[in-house]
Amino acid sequence: MRLINLRPDRGARIILGALPFVVLALTYVVGSALRLADNPSDKLLPALSAMARMVEVMAFAPDQRTGDYLLWADTAASLKRLGSGLAIATAIALFVGLLTGVLPVARALLGPFVAFLSMVPPLALLPVLFIVLGLGEVSKIALIVIGVAPILTRDLALTAADLPREQIVKAETLSASTWLIALRVVLPQIMPRLIDSLRLQLGPAFLFLIAAEAISAEAGLGYRIFLVRRYLSMDIIFPYVA
Amino acid sequence: MSGLVIEGLWKEYGQQVVLENIHLTIAPRAFVALVGPSGCGKTTFLRMMLGQERPTRGTILIDGVPLPPEPGPDRGVVTQRYSVFPHLTVLQNVMLGPELRASRLSGRVWGAARRGLADRASALLAEVGLAGAEHKFPARLSGGMQQRLALAQALMMRPRLLLLDEPFGALDPGIKVEIHALMRRLWHEHEMTVIMVTHDMREAFSLATRVIAFDRRRNRPEELERYGASVTNDISIWPPRVAGQQTLYDADIPPGRDDPTLTGIATGTTRAAQGTRA
Repeated sequence: MRLINLRPDRGARIILGALPFVVLALTYVVGSALRLADNPSDKLLPALSAMARMVEVMAFAPDQRTGDYLLWADTAASLKRLGSGLAIATAIALFVGLLTGVLPVARALLGPFVAFLSMVPPLALLPVLFIVLGLGEVSKIALIVIGVAPILTRDLALTAADLPREQIVKAETLSASTWLIALRVVLPQIMPRLIDSLRLQLGPAFLFLIAAEAISAEAGLGYRIFLVRRYLSMDIIFPYVA
Repeated sequence: MSGLVIEGLWKEYGQQVVLENIHLTIAPRAFVALVGPSGCGKTTFLRMMLGQERPTRGTILIDGVPLPPEPGPDRGVVTQRYSVFPHLTVLQNVMLGPELRASRLSGRVWGAARRGLADRASALLAEVGLAGAEHKFPARLSGGMQQRLALAQALMMRPRLLLLDEPFGALDPGIKVEIHALMRRLWHEHEMTVIMVTHDMREAFSLATRVIAFDRRRNRPEELERYGASVTNDISIWPPRVAGQQTLYDADIPPGRDDPTLTGIATGTTRAAQGTRA
C-alpha cells in the first residue's frame, strides 16, 4: 500500500499527535537531569519540580506587593490587548477588504496603498508608535492592528475578488444593488475565509504583542518574560512561554 | 411583451472582431436557440443581451427602449456553472431574488411576507421537480438538480427575457431529456422570451421556435482577426411552436423513447424561413 493512502484511525491519530510532545518533554527532562547532575545550581534547564514550584508561586499565590496572582493577571492583560487589537484589525479588514474586493473603483483607489502598508515591517514602526501614542495600551494595540490588518484585508479582498463573476451577474438579475450584493452574496462567502485567516494571524499577533510588552508595560506575558530574563529565571520563563 | 430588436451590432476586443453586423428581430415569447462553432461569439452575444458587456457599435432595443448598460431583474440568466449561490439552501436561493427586491436595506424579509414568499418558492420548486430538497445546500445536489434550481431562481423574478448559456451542456443524456421537457413546460407557462446558447443541435431543434446559427463568413487564417461572426442561418421551426399551446410535435416523449418515429406522431418538417441575411 502506498504511504499516501495510509490513514491513521482515531486512536493512532491521538498517539501520533502526542508523540512530538512526549519527545520534547523527554528530551528536556533528560537534558535537564544531565546538566543538573553536572552543576546543581544550573539555571539554563531547571528541573520540572523547580518549574512546578515557580508555577505555584506565580499562579496560585498572591503577589506580596500587589496581592495579584501574577500569571493570571499577566495573561488577562495580554489577552485583553490581543483581543482588542484583533477585533479592531478584523473590523478594518472586513470593511476595507469587502470594499476593495467588490468595487473596482475602491480597488483602484486603495489596492496599491494596502499593498504598500502590508510591506512595512510593523516592528519597525514600534518606536514611532511609542513616540506618537505614548507608552500606554494604545500603542500596543495599534501595533497589533498595523501588523495584522493589512494582511487580513488583502486576504479578504482576494477571496472576494475570486468569486465567480457569474454569481455577481446573477445577483444583479435578481435585482440586487451593490450594497445588497456585498451583504448577501459576498460577505457570507468570505466569512469562512476570515475565520481561517484570523486563526493564521494569531501567531503574528502574539509576536507583536510580546515585542511591544517587552519594551514597555506594567503587566503582560511579554513583560514578565523579559523582566525575569535579567535573573536567568528559566523556571519562570518556560511556563510562561507554554 | 418583450420584442427584441438588434441593429447593426458589432463587438470588437481591441483588434479582434468577434461579431459583425448582426441584425435580428426577435418576436415576443419566442424561444431562440443560438448555435455555432466554439469561439464564434455566441456567449459574447448573450452577455451583451444581459448587459454584462457593451456592444462596440449598434443598438439593442427591448420593446423599443435601449437596453440598460448593466444586468437587471427584467433579464434572467442561467449559466452552465456558478449559477446558484453555494452558501444558501435551495429554498433560500429561490427566495433570494424577491427578498432583495422587497428589502433594499437588509435584503431579508420577515414574518407574513416571508411565509408567503416561502410558499411561492416551494410551489415553484415543486414545479421544477425539487420538492423535498428545499433545505439542502446546492453542493449536495446533482448537476441536473442544480440547473433546475437555477431556473427556478431566475423564474421567481418573472423575467421578460430569460438568457440561457449552455444551461444543460454538462448533463448526461437521460437527465437532459427530462430537463428539456421541463424547459418546454416553463416556456409555455411563463410569460417570457427565451434565448438559449447551445452546442447541441438536437436540443436546439427540439426546444426552440427559431434556430439562429452564428459563424464566420471568412475563415482564412490571415483574415481571422478582422472578420467576426455573423448570422449565417436563421431557421424557423415548422410547424411553428406557439407559447402556451401544445403542438403534436412537442408532445412530451418519455425518456429513452425520444425517437419520434417510434411514438407514431407526425414529426412535421423543418424548413429554412429567411435563409441567410446580411
